[in-house]
Amino acid sequence: MQKYIWLVPLLPLIGAAINGLLGRKLRFSERLIGGIAVGSVALSFLISVAAVYSYGFGGHPEWPKPYLTSQDGFSFNWIPGGAVSINQGAEARTQIELQKQVEERLATMAPEERGRFQSILVSDSPRFALLNIEWSYQLDPLSSIFMLIVTGVGLCIFVFATGYMHGEAGFYRFFAYMGLFMFAMLVLVMGSNFLMMFVGWEGVGLCSYLLIGYYFDRQEAANASRKAFITNRIGDFGFVLAIFGIIATFGSAQYTDVFEQAKAYPIELLGQWGILSWIALGLFVGACGKSAQLPLHVWLPDAMAGPTPVSALIHAATMVTAGLYMVTRTNVIFQHSQTMLLVVALVGAATAIFAATIGITQNDIKKVLAYSTVSQLGFMFMACGVGAFVIGIFHVMTHAFFKALMFLGAGSVIHGMHHEQDMRRMGGLKKYMPYTYWTFMAGWLAICGIIPFSGFWSKDEILWNAASTSQIPLGWLVWLIGTIAATCTAFYMTRLMAMTFWGRERFLEAPAGGEADEAHAAAYDKGLTQHDAVSPAAGDRPRHEPGEHVGPVHEDVAHHVATHGHAHEAHGAHEHGAHIPHESPPSMWVPLAVLALLAVIGGFVGIGPAFRTVTGSEHPGGRMNIVTWLNPVIWNPTTREFNAAEGGHGEETSHAAPAADAAHATPAEADHGTGASVYGHTGFNLAHSVENATHSELATEWIFIIISLVAAGIGMLLGGLFYVWRPQLPAIWAQRLRPLYAASYNKYWVDEFYGWAVTRRTMDAARAVYRFDAGIVDGIVNGLAALSRLFSRITGNFDKYFVDGIVNTVAAFIMRLMSPLFRAAQTGFTANYALVMVLGLMVAVAIFFARDIFSAFR
Amino acid sequence: MTNSYILSFITWLPAVGAILILALMKKDQSSLIKKFATAWFALDFIASLWLLKYNRSTGGMQFLEDYQWIPIIGARYQMGVDGVSVLLIVLTTLLGAIAALSSWEYIQKREKEYYVLLLLLQTAVIGVFASMDLFLFYLFFEVSLVPMYFLIGIWGGENRLYAAIKFFLYTLVGSVVMLLGVLKMYFLTQDTALTSRISSETVNLLAGNEQAAQLVSSTLQAAAANGTGTFNILYMQAMGSVLPMGTMQILLFAAFALGFAIKVPMFPFHTWLPDAHVEAPTAGSVILAGILLKLGTYGFYRFNLPMFPAASRDQSSWTTSFGTFGVRSVIVFLAIVSIIYGALAAMYFVVKRDGDVKKLVAYSSVSSMGMVMLGLFALNPNGVNGGVMQMVNHGIYSGALFLLVGIIYERRHTRNVAEFGGLSHVMPGYAAIFLGMVMTAIGLPLLAVFISEFLALRGAFEANPWWAAWAALGIILNAGYFLWLYQRMFFGTIDNPKNERLPDLKGREWAYMAPLMILSLWIGVYPKPFLEYIQQPVNAVVKQVRPDYVIGEKEPQITQNR
Repeated sequence: MQKYIWLVPLLPLIGAAINGLLGRKLRFSERLIGGIAVGSVALSFLISVAAVYSYGFGGHPEWPKPYLTSQDGFSFNWIPGGAVSINQGAEARTQIELQKQVEERLATMAPEERGRFQSILVSDSPRFALLNIEWSYQLDPLSSIFMLIVTGVGLCIFVFATGYMHGEAGFYRFFAYMGLFMFAMLVLVMGSNFLMMFVGWEGVGLCSYLLIGYYFDRQEAANASRKAFITNRIGDFGFVLAIFGIIATFGSAQYTDVFEQAKAYPIELLGQWGILSWIALGLFVGACGKSAQLPLHVWLPDAMAGPTPVSALIHAATMVTAGLYMVTRTNVIFQHSQTMLLVVALVGAATAIFAATIGITQNDIKKVLAYSTVSQLGFMFMACGVGAFVIGIFHVMTHAFFKALMFLGAGSVIHGMHHEQDMRRMGGLKKYMPYTYWTFMAGWLAICGIIPFSGFWSKDEILWNAASTSQIPLGWLVWLIGTIAATCTAFYMTRLMAMTFWGRERFLEAPAGGEADEAHAAAYDKGLTQHDAVSPAAGDRPRHEPGEHVGPVHEDVAHHVATHGHAHEAHGAHEHGAHIPHESPPSMWVPLAVLALLAVIGGFVGIGPAFRTVTGSEHPGGRMNIVTWLNPVIWNPTTREFNAAEGGHGEETSHAAPAADAAHATPAEADHGTGASVYGHTGFNLAHSVENATHSELATEWIFIIISLVAAGIGMLLGGLFYVWRPQLPAIWAQRLRPLYAASYNKYWVDEFYGWAVTRRTMDAARAVYRFDAGIVDGIVNGLAALSRLFSRITGNFDKYFVDGIVNTVAAFIMRLMSPLFRAAQTGFTANYALVMVLGLMVAVAIFFARDIFSAFR
Repeated sequence: MTNSYILSFITWLPAVGAILILALMKKDQSSLIKKFATAWFALDFIASLWLLKYNRSTGGMQFLEDYQWIPIIGARYQMGVDGVSVLLIVLTTLLGAIAALSSWEYIQKREKEYYVLLLLLQTAVIGVFASMDLFLFYLFFEVSLVPMYFLIGIWGGENRLYAAIKFFLYTLVGSVVMLLGVLKMYFLTQDTALTSRISSETVNLLAGNEQAAQLVSSTLQAAAANGTGTFNILYMQAMGSVLPMGTMQILLFAAFALGFAIKVPMFPFHTWLPDAHVEAPTAGSVILAGILLKLGTYGFYRFNLPMFPAASRDQSSWTTSFGTFGVRSVIVFLAIVSIIYGALAAMYFVVKRDGDVKKLVAYSSVSSMGMVMLGLFALNPNGVNGGVMQMVNHGIYSGALFLLVGIIYERRHTRNVAEFGGLSHVMPGYAAIFLGMVMTAIGLPLLAVFISEFLALRGAFEANPWWAAWAALGIILNAGYFLWLYQRMFFGTIDNPKNERLPDLKGREWAYMAPLMILSLWIGVYPKPFLEYIQQPVNAVVKQVRPDYVIGEKEPQITQNR
């Protein structure tokens, strides 16, 4: 089945092409457009499932080696770029060579001579390669997980969108873009080289641009889409330089070639900037752009101007996790640079807490979810930074389930609330939208990290790995920040639940917004600037015909419609007041139910080692366990090899990630004093100190599980206290913590700062350059022209009055011949200039060739 | 050697068409004239497709022609093309046909002269790419100025005379200086102390195949018999390998470089370009940006690199009191400045409330051509491949953008960006094509420019990572202003009542936009055939400039050091 995986990206592309090129011309019905789009993605999903099954469980002989479609001829030579001189990383290569030679020499020496042995010089001779970028897809444990997430979650979202986008004028356009996005995203995760990853990378950026700007007649959507694209371009700047670095170091862009070579490179210690650190830096800049990490996070919240299914698919479940995919894919390179690992962990932790604190004060339901996404992505990078790449991907997966669920739930709410996104005008919706409410509840429990919902398993593992890492120093700091961020997460998510589904039915109160939420209203009145979602039309806004009602009407709703019938007549975009919410049609709540199920049980594929006494194994489930499944793509810095395919279930089984591996191996390796010594205890380590105290690893793990559960509980309780039991508290505390509140409410003014420091300055530069160009550069040109005109006038006058006066009689007839010529030079007719020049040239040529001409005539 | 007639046929066919129009058609038969001219261009395009039979595995100069012309100075009528010329000639004929088709409604006065000049321009430009004799090259190079001068000067905008004269004089200044270099090179071919050291390997490398090498030797025999030097380009290139490094070579390089740098145009010689573009009629802009600018970069590729290899690679024997200093550093510096400077200057026209869209595209050309120069002077196969591909791709996308600007200008008689907004609502097809071309221009993968920018920047990175970093900065700026422009023109609501009833693209407009879009997609998805045309010639040039560069023919040699 593997050999058909090239169909997986192709099918959505074909669907998109049919919808995009023919949809408008042939006036396809919504049913047909939706059918084509959903059908193509469903087919891709089925092929993915079959391929992954046959690869992982159907006895693929080479598991876990990557399968490339080029093995079966499904590939083509994309860019034959020509010869390449490999001129980077010479130092590292020399070092490898040196080490090898030293070892060889030592082996031949007598033991007593070894002490006197001096180093030998090795030079790195110039090396060349042919750059041939191939278009072929790769199936390996990592890409198969992403294939399943992208096509599976994508399928749910496509089905949801057929209901959500019902009645839109650009229905065909929407699904064309979505299909194109699926293609690009699948190329990103399935490509077998860095260039293909870049193709997908830019491709998803384009589709994100098109889809955010889907409501292109709205200025803020247009601005947001441009902002997203350009911020991503800044990230791509790093990515593309990293690709160049990779080609200049390894002579290839193919993953298999690059990683095979990279694994032999010496590890670059903290503060050491070798070639691999530079490459990792470039890659991470790219990852920051795409995955909205500090300082390039600004585009993601704005991207919520797009339709909600887009936010769910692109800005929560798939595209924004591309950075994680990339970092995990290149974990060999990242693990070679201790500096960059630390940077990744700290950036992730900083982003997690930063976005979580902003999420607390936002009122737009989608903005809260957006900041939550940024924060959760921070958690994933935290995992990668501490060396637990597998857990990072695990969190990508669970997050894809519960965040897609919550975005779609929010979409359902917005749909039911008739385009209202401000949570201050919601409340009490559980009565009107039961399906949405109960599915959302699953997402809420999952993101808060309540056992046994999916988010618990992955988030807990991240925190435990941060606490126990020995791959970077400062693991305890990462853990601490992560735990606080997790508490904030539980708090703002409870706030979101309370403001949306519980409490008073504020949408019945008019005018909305004023008294709905005292805290925010007060803050607003006091003039805390805000530039987001207070205007009623700011959000995503599916437009229905007035009076049209989508989907079946719930009984309660029907009742309200009867009593508040007048409200339903006014579906205008600016009318907000007593709209009665309604439950969404099945095309929308069925995907919600599927995702809710996944959000509940999705975490069981990664039950952590702490539960080994219950499950009987560190990583129960064999290859069904995500850790076992992904381990072969992770490089192990201790053994300097990729992890073995499938450990047994005994003691030699590696820990969740190589980080832990290294941690265990270090004491033993320290005796040998060679390669692995770089992974010593370089910092105070929380888990280890706790472990020293308790003397039991299992107990330590349980302590950390309890801590994270308690943290989540505190967050949820506080949320309940503030927004359910004591609704007056938010106003009081907002007043008490006024500066903090303002900072959070205004997103720490990062947008304003960038607007001032980057956008304005670039525009200034553009103005300055143009003035310079028009004034100085062109000024010189025009000045030279004017000078020559002046000169010719002087010559002319000189000629006319001075020369003429002196030589009047001697050469009167010559002068009569000449002066018109000079005057003619001032006419401005270029043809005359040209004629003179050509004549002059002919004379010049004649003079040059005089000798030949004479010789020819002789 | 048997002469192939195809190159002369393609070159002179447009001129014949021009004569036919002059002789047979009356001024008032404008509809007949434009149809005839377009058909004639199409015929030339179809004829030029014959060149795609160029043997890609042999490489070198093919489709050779050789006739006695001016024996007294050893100038011969020699034509021949390598893969780079093939691509550029086919691009020229394609854009020529498109330009003619796009002028049907735009040009409303003196149609007869217009199409005659367009056809003559075509002959001159193809002649430039097909010449294998420097004298012939120079002739075509100069003659190409004249029709363009009239195209701008007669059918241009308000300030057309200023722009036309500026264009003409500026480029003429460059080429006059170049002529000195040409003559010096000619005299050097008579310097037996120098020429006796030329090895036959060098000639074979540059000629690329048996016939071309034979042509060189027969040319030399003829020259010797007449006691003259020779203008044969291959021989002059071969002479480059023995030309001593020193002031002489630097000056020669500079003489040629000035002529070509103005044509490219590189900062600071670029100011004629925005003026010429703004005033030129649409077809004039298309030919100017698509083809005429390439004469400059083609000149660098064909002459400066192989004829002055030591200067081109900054061989450090020219030391001044400021340290070693070479023309390559200067060119690369100017190329990078062009990239960033052009992008910032282009951005001004969206930052400005009422910017001129055409000026924006013109400045973006400066940026894009800077990328060509950076690629060429990276002096490695990736870089030169990228530079050459960028020439072709820039011809496609800038031509297309000028056409698109022309289309909206025909409807609204303005190019002021403040006049537009929300055009997506009324012209969805136009908006889609515009988006495609904007995305091509900013180097989106699977579209043409990505391939060339990737290769050019990769080559630059190999030469010096900082070059690539600076140049990549320009690409971010590119994305910035192009997307902003797109937003201002197409997004939002229609707030200008004049835009409410704009018709979408018509059949004729689709007919000339679609090929460019398809070509962009084709090169982006499957550039291999295109790259194959240029691979051998590019490798030969790199080998000529850097004899120590290993050009791997078969397998990568990186396996040993793992």
